Amino acid sequence: MPESEPSLLQGSAKAELDAAFERLYRDHLRDVYSYAYYRVGNHHDAEDLTEQAFLQAYRHFERARRESNGRPLRPWLIRIAHNLASNYHRDRARKPHSALDQIEPPAAPHGTERIVEGREELKQVIDCVQKLPNDRREALIMRFALGMDNREIARALGRSDGATKVLIHRAIKQLEQEMEK
Amino acid sequence: MSERTTDVEGLLRSALRPIEPPENVSGRVEKTLSAVTEAAAEELSAWAEELSESELAALRDPRNWLRPAAAVGAGSVAGGALLVIELRRRRKPSALRNITEQVRSRLS
Repeated sequence: MPESEPSLLQGSAKAELDAAFERLYRDHLRDVYSYAYYRVGNHHDAEDLTEQAFLQAYRHFERARRESNGRPLRPWLIRIAHNLASNYHRDRARKPHSALDQIEPPAAPHGTERIVEGREELKQVIDCVQKLPNDRREALIMRFALGMDNREIARALGRSDGATKVLIHRAIKQLEQEMEK
Repeated sequence: MSERTTDVEGLLRSALRPIEPPENVSGRVEKTLSAVTEAAAEELSAWAEELSESELAALRDPRNWLRPAAAVGAGSVAGGALLVIELRRRRKPSALRNITEQVRSRLS
């Protein structure tokens, strides 16, 4: 059966759906933005990615709600942002960097440097997180920046709960080793 | 879990803090979503109007009259055939009545 877009629903059903989406949006705008920011590293692209994520979520919201069976939709939303971020990095890897890319300031006003506020230890953690394999880094962002539990992370990454637990454990172990170097 | 691990987790909590989206992000997303829903609504109403217009145009086009005319013709033929069958069915008892009368006259 083709998915019904919100715009094709009738009056009260659409109003109810829009209200539910508004709640989702208000509750998780910060989550999506935080995830986007930690994945792309600058506010400009994080804004674009956040907008795209919510736009995509809106298009498929009715179906996602139907298929979630009442489970929270945050993992689904973060999965959308996760896929968009992966596309973003894939596209950037393909395209040659233009002069415009070069004149962009390396750190945005609210960049990593400001977040760590000069504390060397925190900066070291950030640097070590950057060196982790993608899946480990993404899992740590979800756990610590978004406060997601293992089950939520598993759903967002499309893995089993067990595999996610192992992934996070290994990420922290690797981080410990990197920090001790 | 070791003390060092706890430290790393604590550091991660401090380092990877949630990022508050700038003011303009929320306005921007809301604006885009409103634009999308409005565009979808307009598209739907335009689509509905377009559909009725095309239906009217199709009705006005003489090339499209052939099919209804053929349908009427076919209906008439079918109706005529039914009428003939019904008349034959009615005629049968009268023929039988004639034979009965002939037999009666021979016997008498």
